[in-house]
Amino acid sequence: MKETPLSNCERRFLLRAIEEKKRLDGRQTYDYRNIKISFGTDYGCCIVELGKTRVLGQVSCELVAPKLNRATEGILFFNLELSQMAAPSFEPGRQSDLLVKLNRLLERCLRNSKCIDTESLCVVAGEKSRGLNSDPCAYQVWQIRVDLHLLNHDGNIIDAASIAAIVALCHFRRPDVSVQGEEVTLYTPEERDPVALSIHHMPICVSFAFFQQGTYLLVDPNEREERVMDGLLVIAMNKHREICTIQSSGGIMLLKDQVLRCSKIAGVKVAEITELIQKALENDQKVRKEGGKFGFAESIANQRITTFKMEKAPIDTSDVEEKAEEIIAEAEPPSEVVSKPVLWTSGTAQIGEGVENSWGDLEDSEKDEDEGGSDEAVILDKMKMDTGVEVSDIGSQDAPIVLSDSEEEEMIILEPDKNPKKISTQTSAKQEKAPIKKPVKRRKKKRTAN
Amino acid sequence: MAGLELLSDQGYRVDGRRAGELRKIQARMGVFAQADGSAYIEQGNTKALAVVYGPHEIRGSRSRALPDRALVNCQYSSATFSTGERKRRPHGDRKSCEMGLQLRQTFEAAILTQLHPRSQIDIYVQPLRGVVSLQVLQADGGTYAACVNAATLAVLDAGIPMRDFVCACSAGFVDGTALADLSHVEEAAGGPQLALALLPASGQIALLEMDARLHEDHLEWVLEAAAQAARDVHTLLDRVVRQHVHEASILLGD
Repeated sequence: MKETPLSNCERRFLLRAIEEKKRLDGRQTYDYRNIKISFGTDYGCCIVELGKTRVLGQVSCELVAPKLNRATEGILFFNLELSQMAAPSFEPGRQSDLLVKLNRLLERCLRNSKCIDTESLCVVAGEKSRGLNSDPCAYQVWQIRVDLHLLNHDGNIIDAASIAAIVALCHFRRPDVSVQGEEVTLYTPEERDPVALSIHHMPICVSFAFFQQGTYLLVDPNEREERVMDGLLVIAMNKHREICTIQSSGGIMLLKDQVLRCSKIAGVKVAEITELIQKALENDQKVRKEGGKFGFAESIANQRITTFKMEKAPIDTSDVEEKAEEIIAEAEPPSEVVSKPVLWTSGTAQIGEGVENSWGDLEDSEKDEDEGGSDEAVILDKMKMDTGVEVSDIGSQDAPIVLSDSEEEEMIILEPDKNPKKISTQTSAKQEKAPIKKPVKRRKKKRTAN
Repeated sequence: MAGLELLSDQGYRVDGRRAGELRKIQARMGVFAQADGSAYIEQGNTKALAVVYGPHEIRGSRSRALPDRALVNCQYSSATFSTGERKRRPHGDRKSCEMGLQLRQTFEAAILTQLHPRSQIDIYVQPLRGVVSLQVLQADGGTYAACVNAATLAVLDAGIPMRDFVCACSAGFVDGTALADLSHVEEAAGGPQLALALLPASGQIALLEMDARLHEDHLEWVLEAAAQAARDVHTLLDRVVRQHVHEASILLGD
């Protein structure tokens, strides 16, 4: 389905908040959301959560013939899919622009930066027969395939995807292989422990969102912020402060010092994230070695993969009291408020729990007809409806009050199973006095005419 | 290509240029009669053609029309012979798509789209590489720059108002020196490459794209080199436009 457009007032609200350096989730300008990394039972499978954005990464490998002009190198293949479960607007036909952009950025970030040593993926080099794929002797290099699936879209897909890709690659173990002359022996995991890939460095993307023609900058925009942003600058760095990719998109005009400032911020963020990744990988390694339980099922038990968890936003409550006192002192004294806002029109009375019984006054109040007094909306006690008492709402003194069971007469029958329109108007009258003054009045006049 | 010295001790590059020198640029505007605007540019051995149609009515679904601006549509088609090996259907279809998207965002920012609401401007760019090499070309810095420059000239030829020229240039980093306007050989060597599209008068960067590892400290020099090169390109393009207008006015007898 088409994406629901963002309302103008929401857009303005977000932009105003950003101008005052406030974000809706309470973060600072340069703060990332919480990152959680969990691993599956297989090597090379992981789920990364960046706030609520969730990406699943899976690495697999296969022995294939190498590319014609890169005979000594393995093949890396990246694919990011925007699953339809991620957002209602993701449909098979509609995503092409975003998909192409994300995929190309991911490819450039991970492939061109040479984070994986592709030469180590080569099993048998040389110009042997490369033609027929069915011939097992033709398979000579490893093809590593990284599949990423976006499970939930809450903004900043590219960061989450790059983290998922690099974590999955670091976690992955490929089967061991040995070559004796022409013979290639592939060992199963039972025979020989699988081998990790050789990864030189870990490039991680950091996104910067620009607002108001480049005046304001936010790191890690969430979905709402992405909708109102002018453009995005993505910088991929590794922890050695080498920039792997820069990409500006969205048609923003940048200045050179903005780019340099962003690269410095990115350096700091990447260092933090890399540390987190190392810790997560170590933890998982430890658990597997000690024979403990691992995998997604365990993470669910530990409440790590769930959407029902509410994170407590840290709020600074240290000076709330002083602030509250200040506000009260400066505020104007409240206007005269009547303690009991329940008013009766002539001809109505109340019986009910907790309310004064004014039934006896009914006949007296009937007599004094005051049009001014009946300006107030009709307030009826709900109890009266339940007991099925019939009350006629007559504002004039002409027609006498006749209480009867008959439905043909012009009167309101307040019974719980019947819901004439009048009842609903009057229950709402209980809550709002002013707005429905007029219609109630009009009805009274109508009955007067009758 | 491990033994190739990209920057000699005296500061000369492979093709004899100095670090900050551009390749020879030759451009012509108004090469096709059918199109509203067209241009052809040669930067060294990188050649690009650009054709502009518009502003005209939105083709296809009317629902895409923007009520206050023009829609800019860019298509980048890489000819099958433009890369080293002949590919019938270039796997870089994603690459072409990405290039098209990047060109579109660059020009959407530069063209004064508010002047043509509910209409569409089409920009078609085609790079042609004269060099036939045995390597698969993965780097697009030089191509992107040539395409942007060609498209700028074509848009100007069509008479569509723009904020400023959009001048693009690539830059790299070798041996502690930033190189401007990388040639094909330098790109293929695999060092860091930066492609930058600039509006020269204000110095605003319309598009920034970088590949391969570059240490953060060197970023400033590379950016500066690319910006300076883009400004030099602007001088050349400005001259080309004025020349073209001069010729056209002579023909019209003004």
